[in-house]
Amino acid sequence: MSVMIAIESAEKTFTMHLQGGIRLAVVRGVSFQVHAGECMVLSGPSGAGKSSILKMIFGNYRCDGGRIGVRHQGVILDLAQAEPRAILNVRRHTIGYVSQFLRAVPRVPALDVVAEPLIATGAPREIAREQAAKLLRRLNIPERLWSLPPSTFSGGEQQRINIARGFISDLPILLLDEPTASLDAANRSVVVELIEAKKKAGVAMIAIVHDDDIRRQIADSTVDVTAFAAAA
Amino acid sequence: MIEAPGMSDQPLLVAEGLAKTYGRLVACRDISFTLYPGEVLAIVGESGSGKSTLLQMLSAQLAPSAGRVSYRMRDGVLRDLAALGEAERRFLFRTDWGYVHQDPAQGLRMAVSAGANVGERLMAVGWNNYGRIRQTASSWLDRVEIDVARIDDAPRTYSGGMRQRLQIARNLVTEPRLVFMDEPTGGLDVSVQARLLDLMRSLVNELGLAAVVVTHDLAVARLLSHRVIVMKEGRVIETGLTDQVLDDPREPYTQLLVSSILPP
Repeated sequence: MSVMIAIESAEKTFTMHLQGGIRLAVVRGVSFQVHAGECMVLSGPSGAGKSSILKMIFGNYRCDGGRIGVRHQGVILDLAQAEPRAILNVRRHTIGYVSQFLRAVPRVPALDVVAEPLIATGAPREIAREQAAKLLRRLNIPERLWSLPPSTFSGGEQQRINIARGFISDLPILLLDEPTASLDAANRSVVVELIEAKKKAGVAMIAIVHDDDIRRQIADSTVDVTAFAAAA
Repeated sequence: MIEAPGMSDQPLLVAEGLAKTYGRLVACRDISFTLYPGEVLAIVGESGSGKSTLLQMLSAQLAPSAGRVSYRMRDGVLRDLAALGEAERRFLFRTDWGYVHQDPAQGLRMAVSAGANVGERLMAVGWNNYGRIRQTASSWLDRVEIDVARIDDAPRTYSGGMRQRLQIARNLVTEPRLVFMDEPTGGLDVSVQARLLDLMRSLVNELGLAAVVVTHDLAVARLLSHRVIVMKEGRVIETGLTDQVLDDPREPYTQLLVSSILPP
């Protein structure tokens, strides 16, 4: 199986200029590989830097050292050094990110929020909407909500919209930050099935999950983030 | 968040070492960046940071004291704006560029009808069939969510939000490749701002427009732009991917700006 993500000695430190220049070392020496079709789970207590590592791979946080290699359109690209345009292109064609919270755009209906990533990669609008409807139905979002903007939905509904949006495209890498946090048992198992289907399709995934049961079901490998603790 | 632009390797606009001084007062210094087709760049900073001066230089309304701005004309050649002939400049202003002012009264003719405001840009590029002009104007009014029944009313009878949407229609009707926007949501009520932002976001996505948006509002930058330039006292303080600069600001001034936002 080909390596999709190869991280070597990546590190992240925040310098808080407004607090007298305090340096907050988050992680250092982050090194691991994820292969196509593999789901790796990051474990460790809150504050250990799990989400920061996902954000570094997505290019949302800058990486202060080391290398974040990602297979993008057949070649390994170092995201720690990539130009903004290259990162945007990677997000469009290679890496999807399902965060804990939906950043809702005012006035856009749920169906279009979900269909959008597919349309962005060139799918016809009607086909993208059909796919979106399929996922929303599978995630038990009542059809009467599809035409409404998700900003007024409950936390669990918003999370499912976010999951549908993250899973709709055929991107080869998915980053999942607590995708099941506010879901009931039925919807949690739908997410497990969706992850299973992505594995079969060869998608490489890195997930953060706090639920031991879910972790057992989805993890092919586990990396303990406390090993990367940036001890002062 | 806005969709990623397509990858084109040919820059649309290139700023190199731009500076503007007024005697001993330095409004902008040493500003360089490259804008690609379909890319939205936000220039953020407080009043007096030089962001509006920069926008005027980029849009050939103000001559730089040093440095230059180049633009890729439709023939594919990158040209220094200062060296363009009058006809080429006119082409840019009338067709290939849009300019959305903060105050719609500056970008519209307030006493003529909405339809004429939109149609005028078409007539300037040679359209002469009245029926077609009116039809295109109506379809643009509809696109910017203005009731087509108001087509014969002058914008002075419109609300602030409607005027701003009309200004956008007037700019986009000629299918420009680049739009400059100076505080496009400034002076509007918050609910009106949200509607306008959403409209601009979807139009930019649909039309694949490149845009340079000057704003002091980081929420506008986050919703509309791919990249951001943070300015202070005429200099670029920090630049990068918009969500990266806003979620992981590196420079003291950017951290101050980001931390000054009140949570919704």
